[in-house]
Amino acid sequence: MTRLAQFKFRLYVAGDAPNSTQAIANLATFCRNHLPDRYEIEVVDVFREPKRALAEGIFMTPTLVALTPPPVRKIVGTLSQTQTVLLALGLLDSAA
Amino acid sequence: MKSIRPPLAPTPTKAPTGITGFDEITGGGLPRGRTTLLVGGPGSGKTILSLQFLAHGAQDCKEPGIFVAFEEASTRIVANADSFGWDLAGLLREKKLFFLDAQPKSDLVQSGDFDLGGMLAALEAQTKNMGARRIVFDALDVVLALLPDPAAKRREIYRLHEWLLARELTGIITAKAGGDEASVIQQPFGFMQFMVDCAVILNHSVALGVSHRNLRVQKYRGSGFDENESPFLIGNSGLVVDVARTRVHVDAKVSNERVSSGVERLDTMLGGGYYRGASILITGFSGTAKTTLSAAFAEAACQRGEHTLFVSFDSDYNEVIRNLASVGIGLDRYVKNGCLSMISARSIAGSAESYLVRIKTLAQEHDARCLVIDPVSTWYKSGNDTTAQSVADRLIDWSKSEGITLVCTSLLDEMSNRSESNSPLQISTLADTWIHLNYLVQAGERNRGLSIVKSRGTAHSNQVRELILSDAGVTLADTYTAGGEVLMGTLRWEKERAERVATEAAEAAAKLKRVRLDAEEAELEVRLKSLQTELVAKQVEKALLVRSTQSHEGELSRGRTQMKELRGADATTPAPEVKQP
Repeated sequence: MTRLAQFKFRLYVAGDAPNSTQAIANLATFCRNHLPDRYEIEVVDVFREPKRALAEGIFMTPTLVALTPPPVRKIVGTLSQTQTVLLALGLLDSAA
Repeated sequence: MKSIRPPLAPTPTKAPTGITGFDEITGGGLPRGRTTLLVGGPGSGKTILSLQFLAHGAQDCKEPGIFVAFEEASTRIVANADSFGWDLAGLLREKKLFFLDAQPKSDLVQSGDFDLGGMLAALEAQTKNMGARRIVFDALDVVLALLPDPAAKRREIYRLHEWLLARELTGIITAKAGGDEASVIQQPFGFMQFMVDCAVILNHSVALGVSHRNLRVQKYRGSGFDENESPFLIGNSGLVVDVARTRVHVDAKVSNERVSSGVERLDTMLGGGYYRGASILITGFSGTAKTTLSAAFAEAACQRGEHTLFVSFDSDYNEVIRNLASVGIGLDRYVKNGCLSMISARSIAGSAESYLVRIKTLAQEHDARCLVIDPVSTWYKSGNDTTAQSVADRLIDWSKSEGITLVCTSLLDEMSNRSESNSPLQISTLADTWIHLNYLVQAGERNRGLSIVKSRGTAHSNQVRELILSDAGVTLADTYTAGGEVLMGTLRWEKERAERVATEAAEAAAKLKRVRLDAEEAELEVRLKSLQTELVAKQVEKALLVRSTQSHEGELSRGRTQMKELRGADATTPAPEVKQP
């Protein structure tokens, strides 16, 4: 790949619940380590914007939605297992 | 089993479910503003029960509801529930009902712990938006299974529970579990039963190839409830729970009115007929005219214009009608004018309970005052002993409380013990009137005998009568007893004929004797007359004889005198004057 794809993430969190704060931190670390300078993160608090969560069908928090590159993928949880996240985003092969 | 507890009084803190019977068990419904746990195996009716709870709330209680579907897509749930006639689509349009599809996607990737905060936030918004008062979490176990450890599962259940309590929503959480209670407790969410205010266990079991459904309220904080297992059925309009009536109900309607059994002489034997609202049991072996006797009752009821339900487990109702027409019982016209409803229950498969619920529903729909079940002993086959027994009990209780006159027939197994008490369902003790039909085999004939084993509250004949079926209908004939034997059939006929002949002969003999006596009398009179005539003749003869004798003597003396005179020899003495008589 000559030009590396730009990653656009949307992370749904539930206020400052422990799982959610952990996920924010984990995502930030992950991006710094694996996707330097080619990521974008939007954090949505479902307590503040419940209708958005309803429309998107987000019922478990935290949920990470990888909007680009396609296909759209959803990862539920604190993102504590890096390998799982890499696999889900299709980054395991290119990183190797 | 019957509860002696009086009917539970409804309290204002309950949310009615609209499920027939269930509200009676719980004394008005589920605890309002609290959480109810519904556990049961696959296909035990959890989703239907909770959906009915929501539909009833939205439609009749002005309580909009939310259905959170963790397992099945909401479109499929709505489609499946379409047959119950709840108009879910209409409620959805009017925003009285909302479905939240919360099924975890199959491509969902999970990394690390998560919670249900997102869902609750979304529900929070939706609840406020539509003013929801009821909420159902269907198959919560599906989402709980994704949580990594028991502590997390527990944490999320508490989160959900607290959220529900804080918003004072009347909630139902359903979860899968095996049928028996031990396995329910062992589930990871077993502790939920301790947490919630009300727990209901749904059970679906199969006994001898027949499905049985029942539910049991396991706990209900702050309220009395029926603690027994109650059978239920998934009917045409949702769940129907069968509640054992309490004794208080049963004694409510007691009538002194008599209704005809359809056989005139049987009415006489019973002192006027069956009591209105009584339960009558007709037992007998195969072919002893149980159906005919019960149909005679149905016909009589229809003639009085009373709506009647005839449930036949034996044969198709067209066959029943045809067969009965041959003995002069014409049910056809009553079926046509809607007075009689004939049901062939062979087509209804299921347990004794499901039969009962169906019969109740049918009877209510038809507004029946008289009910015939032919034969009730079928229930014994289609389920285990104890169920059929309690079902029969409840049938009798129910018909009494409704004031319905019930006639049940019960087949006795000819191969088994022939004793009369061998009624397989021991409903004979509950029945008010018990008529036993029997074959009497005698002189190479089988004849039907009818006897009244018992009839509560009525003086009844102790005689065994012969039941005669003919084109003209059903009648009872007197029986003759001869040398301790009851004579029936041809023997009775012969006896009757012999008596008739004897009477005729005696009459003829008497007539003959009379004629003879008349003749003798006449003869004597004639003889008497002729003798009298003879007597007169003899008297006349005698008188003549006296006169002729005198005149002869006179002539003689005169002659002698004349002779003397002529001779002149003797001094003549004038002859004495002869007096003529």
